[in-house]
This record gives sequence, C-alpha cells and structure tokens, in this order.
Amino acid sequence: MQTFSEADVEEFGRELDKIRDDVIASRGEDDARYIRRVIAVQRALEVSGRTLLFASVLPPAWLAGTAALATAKILENMEIGHNVLHGQWDWMRDPEIHSSTWEWDLVSPAGHWKYTHNYLHHTWTNVLGKDRDIGFVLLRLSPEQPWHPYYLGQPLYNAVLAPFFEWGVALHDLEVERLRGGDKSWTEVFTQLREILRKAGRQAVKDYMAFPLLAGPLFFPVLVGNLTANMTRNVWAHTVIFCGHFPDEAATFSEEQIEGETRGEWYLRQLLGSCNLTGGPLFHIMTGNLSHQIEHHLFPDLPSNRYAEIAPRVRALCERFGLPYNTGSLLRQTARVWKRVFRLALPTPKQRPEPDAAPARLQTVPAPAGYTTGIDVLGRAPALRGASG
Amino acid sequence: MTGPARTPIEDVTLRLADTVAWLTTPLMPEDYLTLINPLWSSRELRGRVEAVRPETKDVASLVIRPGRGWSAHRAGQFIRVGVDVDGVRHWRTYSLSSAPERGAGRVTITVKAVPGGVVSTHLVHRTKPGTIVGLTRPQGDFVLPEPVPSRLLFVTAGSGITPVMAMLRSLARIGEMPDAIVLHSAPTREEVIFGPELRTLASRFPNLLLHERHTRSSGRLDLSQLPDLCPDWSERHVWACGPTGMLREAETYWREAGVVDRLHVEHFRPVLTGSTAGGAGHVRFLASGREADTDGATPLLVVGENAGILMSSGCRMGICYSCTGRLRSGRVRDLRTGREYGEEGEIVQTCVSAAVGNVEIEL
Ligand SMILES: Cc1cc2nc3c(=O)[nH]c(=O)nc-3n(C[C@H](O)[C@H](O)[C@H](O)COP(=O)(O)OP(=O)(O)OC[C@H]3O[C@@H](n4cnc5c(N)ncnc54)[C@H](O)[C@@H]3O)c2cc1C
Ligand code: FES
Repeated sequence: MQTFSEADVEEFGRELDKIRDDVIASRGEDDARYIRRVIAVQRALEVSGRTLLFASVLPPAWLAGTAALATAKILENMEIGHNVLHGQWDWMRDPEIHSSTWEWDLVSPAGHWKYTHNYLHHTWTNVLGKDRDIGFVLLRLSPEQPWHPYYLGQPLYNAVLAPFFEWGVALHDLEVERLRGGDKSWTEVFTQLREILRKAGRQAVKDYMAFPLLAGPLFFPVLVGNLTANMTRNVWAHTVIFCGHFPDEAATFSEEQIEGETRGEWYLRQLLGSCNLTGGPLFHIMTGNLSHQIEHHLFPDLPSNRYAEIAPRVRALCERFGLPYNTGSLLRQTARVWKRVFRLALPTPKQRPEPDAAPARLQTVPAPAGYTTGIDVLGRAPALRGASG
Repeated sequence: MTGPARTPIEDVTLRLADTVAWLTTPLMPEDYLTLINPLWSSRELRGRVEAVRPETKDVASLVIRPGRGWSAHRAGQFIRVGVDVDGVRHWRTYSLSSAPERGAGRVTITVKAVPGGVVSTHLVHRTKPGTIVGLTRPQGDFVLPEPVPSRLLFVTAGSGITPVMAMLRSLARIGEMPDAIVLHSAPTREEVIFGPELRTLASRFPNLLLHERHTRSSGRLDLSQLPDLCPDWSERHVWACGPTGMLREAETYWREAGVVDRLHVEHFRPVLTGSTAGGAGHVRFLASGREADTDGATPLLVVGENAGILMSSGCRMGICYSCTGRLRSGRVRDLRTGREYGEEGEIVQTCVSAAVGNVEIEL
C-alpha cells in the first residue's frame, strides 16, 4: 500500500509554500495593470449597458444592454469584488483597490461578507458546524448533517435561492441561527440588519427606481433589464460557487478532525474540499477565477490572475503525492451538485452509502497514514491525525 | 469656521454629485469620471508628470500638474509623492523646487537618485511623462518669513539645494533679492544641481553671493571656515539643508554661538530613534489610546488584545484581513517570512506582524 505519512503532508505544505512565495516575489506592474484594466472594462461595460437600455425602444438594444449590464455585474461581483475583498490586491497599497475600502454592487455590505466568507468559510472550509457555507444553512449538502423532513423541499429551495442569491448571502451573513445558542445578541443582529437594509435600499433604488425613472417612458424595459441583469449575475454566482465545493468529490470534515491541524494539513483540507472548473481564459475571468477554486482555497490572497499560471504546478504536486485534483466542466459539475441536492433531500441510510455516492476516483486515493479508508467524500473517514499519535 | 466657505457653484456641484451618487452606488460618480481623467479625483489628490528634465547625471526635475484639491505652496515647503514601483505604491517626501509664482498650474520637484533607492531611482530614470502620481498638499515651515529678512545665509549640500532653490527662484521672480549668501557643497562642479542657473542668478543679482564648494577637490566645508566666508554669519537668518552630519554640525555650531534661534534646518532623512531591530519595543495604538511593551516576537494583534483592546480579528493566520491597521510610524516584521517592512500609512495584518522597536498604529 502506498503511504502518505505526516512527513509527506508537511512536505506537501512546504512545496505549496514555495509556489506561494514565487508568486509573491513576482507580483508586479503587470498584475497591477491587469486589475486596473478589468476595473476599467467593467465600468465601461456597465455604462454602455445602461446607455443601451435607455435606447431599448429597439428590442436588440434592450438585449444588448441587458447582456452588457449582466456581464459588468458578474465581473464586478466575481473577478473584482470577491477578489479585492480577499485582500488579493492589498499589496499594491492603492486605497482605491483595497479590501478595507472596497464596497460591491450587491445587497450585502462588504464588511459582513468579509467576516463570514473570508474568515468563517476560508478558515473552516468544509468543516461541519463551522463552515456555514455548507448548504448556506438552508440546505443539506453533507450526509453528516442530520436529516429532517424540511430537507425534502431542498431542490426547490436551491432553485429559488439561485436567482435571489445576493439576498441569500446578505441574510446568511446575519447568522441568525447563532441567536439560539446565545452566540449572537439581538442587538448585534439588529445593527447588522440596519446596515443590510441601508445598503440593500440604495441598491434597490438604483436599479429598480432611479434608472427606470430616468428612462421616462422606457421605465418598464429598463426595470426589467436591470432585474434580469441582477438575476443573471445571481444565478451565475450561485452556480459557480456551488460547483466549487459541493460536487460529489469534495470532502467535508468534522471539528475533531481538524483539531491541532498543521499548515500542511490545512492545505490538504483546502485541496480536498475544493473543485475546479475547466474552460478558457474568458471563462476563468467570468467565474472570478473561482474556476481555480483549488488554487483559490490554497492561496486565497494571491492575485486571481495568477491562479491559471500556478494550476499546473499544484496539479503536478497532487499527482506526485497521489492526491486527487478535482476538476470538471461546468455542466458536469453542476449536474453533480444537483444530484447531491436531490439525493440528500432524502435521509441517508445508516449503513454504507449506495456505491455511486463515493466516486471511483476518490476511492482509489491511497489512505494517508491515519486515514482509515482513504479519503471518503462522505466525511466519515478522513481523520487527519494518526490513530496512534 | 472649519475650512474655507464653499462657493455657490461648489455647493451646487456637491449636491449634484450627491444626487448622481444614487445612480452609481456603491461607487461614486468620480469612480467613473477618473477613468477619463485621474486628476478629477476628490478623494485622492493626484498629479500628472508632464516632463522629466535631467539636471545632472543622477538628478532630474519632474514637472507635475496637480489635480483637484491642490493648494499653492510657499517656497521651501515639501509634498509627499505616491509613486507606483513594480505595482506597489510608495510614498516619499520631496521639496518643491519651483517658485510658487511660476504658476501655470505646475510645480517641480527635483530628485537625486540614491543608490539602491526604490523611489528616487524610479523617478529619475524610469518615469515617463504622463505618469500619474499621488500627491499631498504642500506643508512644512522651512520657509522664509514675511517680510523677508534683509540678510540671509543658505548652507546647503547635494540635493539639499532644492528647497533653497525654490526660495531663490521666488526672490528672483519678485525681483527683490536681499543680501544673500549661498554656501553650497557638491562633489564636483558638474554635479552641482541647478549649477548654471545658480551662477546666472549670482551674476544677475549683485546682492547674491554664491560660494560653490567642490568637495572632491577641496574637501568638505568645515564650519570653522565660516567666519572667513561670511563674517556676519551670526547675525544672519540661516536656512540649512543637506546630509544629517552636516545639519548636526550646524546645530552644534549655532547653539554654541548662542544664536540657534536663527538657524532653520530641513532634514531629508529620518533621524532614527535608535530602537533595536527585533528586540523589545513599545506599541502605541492610536485609535484606542492604549500602549504596551512588546518583545518583538508577539503579533501586534496579541499585544493589543493583552492591552485590553477590542481588536478585530478572524483567522489569526494571515488570510482573512480582518485584523488590519494602518501603520503611523515604526516598522514591523512579518512573522511568516521574517521580512521587515512598514512605511507610514501602510496597512498591516496585525495577526502575523510583530513590532520591530517602537511602533504607532491606528487601531
Ligand atoms: C522633508 C524632506 C524633503 C525631501 N526633499 C527631497 C528632495 O527635494 N530631493 C530628493 O532627492 N530627496 C528629498 N528627500 C528625500 C526623499 O524623501 C527620499 O528619502 C529619497 O529620495 C530616497 O528614497 P528612495 O525610495 O529612493 O530610497 P529608499 O529605498 O527608501 O532607501 C534606499 C537606501 O537609501 C538610503 N537613503 C534614504 N534616503 C536617503 C537620502 N535622502 N540620502 C541618501 N541616502 C538615503 C536608505 O537608508 C537606504 O539604505 C526629502 C526628504 C524629506 C524628509
Ligand atoms: S486575523 Fe486574519 S489576517 Fe489577521
């Protein structure tokens, strides 16, 4: 049997650190030019889109305007907002493109999201009970989550969540479920709620009132165009994000498993919990480079335009250590996500899951020392600490 | 009154901007407009480099057109310039070398490329016209009083001539040159910054006496020679700018003569506080008004928490940026890499940074 010792885990970690150091050492003018160009293109697209919508007496103008606006909103959300808020561009020390000053075109305030996403999700990736992004509290995406009849409706919940994803994220960031345990006070929730309402109010006024009113007789086409653009962006973000963590291959972990985790183990968990998407350069940009979810989770604060370049190195490293590098097309991964949503709507049998639940690829992963059965997607086995130590 | 009153036009503009902001939220109208012209920014004062003129082999003057928010300077004042080098913004201080009267909406800084200097070499050798730089408004009290004293003495060396050049240009422009003596040191005649212009001024104004000291051939200026060069030195108001050593000597010299109040100096380099790198230090958290000692190995986050401050933090391993604070002075060490860094205004991740000596941070 192939072995994957603790020393291997640390060696794996050191190799990844090296990749990280290489990128940091070579960050420079080209990267700065890249992000500034994306921002300029995005703003130009947005202005063009809104202008075209004002000419939407002609149906092609409406279509083109809506498409341009949707594209701009996707870029703003994913390649720009998400990555800037991760601090990926903080190294430029430009206050205009900095995680501490950025605000995005979504109803959720950037500050709330930085806490729940950058901290809770990225630190506790796929740890049950800690990573609130597993199913966004709304869905059951791991068989370890206890079943409840409520989950029977989850395919529907997910379908409704997609077009309203930004609202879902805003409410998600409220963490109301923590009220129950007393981890969070009503005052905190109300303060946050007020912030959300203020932000969301301005967002709604802009897209659903101000611009439509400015369009005068074209009030309705502009309103519908803006709504369509927002919903397109929401569905797209929802799809890409779910593909990053919840196709069948991605592993989940328990809190005990990650106790006393070393840096190498942390990297390993990020790798096992993430899935990439295949596609061309434009596709990568439109996903905010979350198509390189693995690289993003290993190095959340490296500039996104570099993920494509380091992906082959990460992949080669995985091959060397016999670790899975989950990747697939958007279509295939989306199908898998939905399969999981449907399957886990039903209670999980107490025994072993049905054979196709654990993809063959993962079962062939060699068991690292201390892992009882190799990397089991369903989160039972991968104890990250050796049983003996 | 806080600040100057707004004109009705400015008032209308502001209200208009507020209204338009409903259309650009969460951004501001200027976030779009500055894509057309970066100088229109109201959040950040910026300038466009219009020309780079070599002065000597390692010195160049940059002609800069400041954007919105600029205010006129007084001769001798400095500005801070934000320059992107390899994609990273660095801020450095430069004296304005142009006379305020020069006008035409442009100012000049004159930079000497320091060997190994990040910003100065970039400005002198690699900056092209059209470059956008960050600016701050002019500040500093290394200026001539009003009215200008009738007898002046300038003691300068190397690039220390820049603020004095602004004063001389200003005086020449007004056409009223008082009795002024310039004692300037440079390695050779060719390396005298503004050499030809200084010599022209000296020949144009009989009141202006220029002593060039070429140190490579004649050695450094010894202040004991001062009475020979300028017998009434102790009665003159003096402006001195140059290397730290020279300024220290001058301060001692004038103090011992009991006329140190006549001496005005400008330092180009920070006078180090003498804190030991990596060793113990003291941290001041400016926003919360607390202070703590540190051993130079404990993350600033922990130092702050131990001092009882409600520090915001998240992952505590340098990935989420929940814990950042703006550095006001001092330097820090990145505990992950051991790298020492930190400039005034830089954002620091407190969970992975320890103080190197004394630090002030806005938290
Ligand atoms: C009030 C004020 C006015 C100034 N006006 C001018 C001016 O008009 N023209 C001008 O050229 N500079 C001026 N300076 C100095 C300037 O701000 C920078 O310090 C200088 O350009 C070096 O920056 P750098 O990024 O190139 O060097 P850095 O990369 O910061 O430092 C590189 C190396 O150079 C050394 N070094 C830093 N500063 C100096 C210096 N001044 N002389 C010699 N070695 C140095 C450092 O110790 C280090 O070893 C002024 C400074 C102040 C505080
Ligand atoms: S607490 Fe996360 S970067 Fe510091």
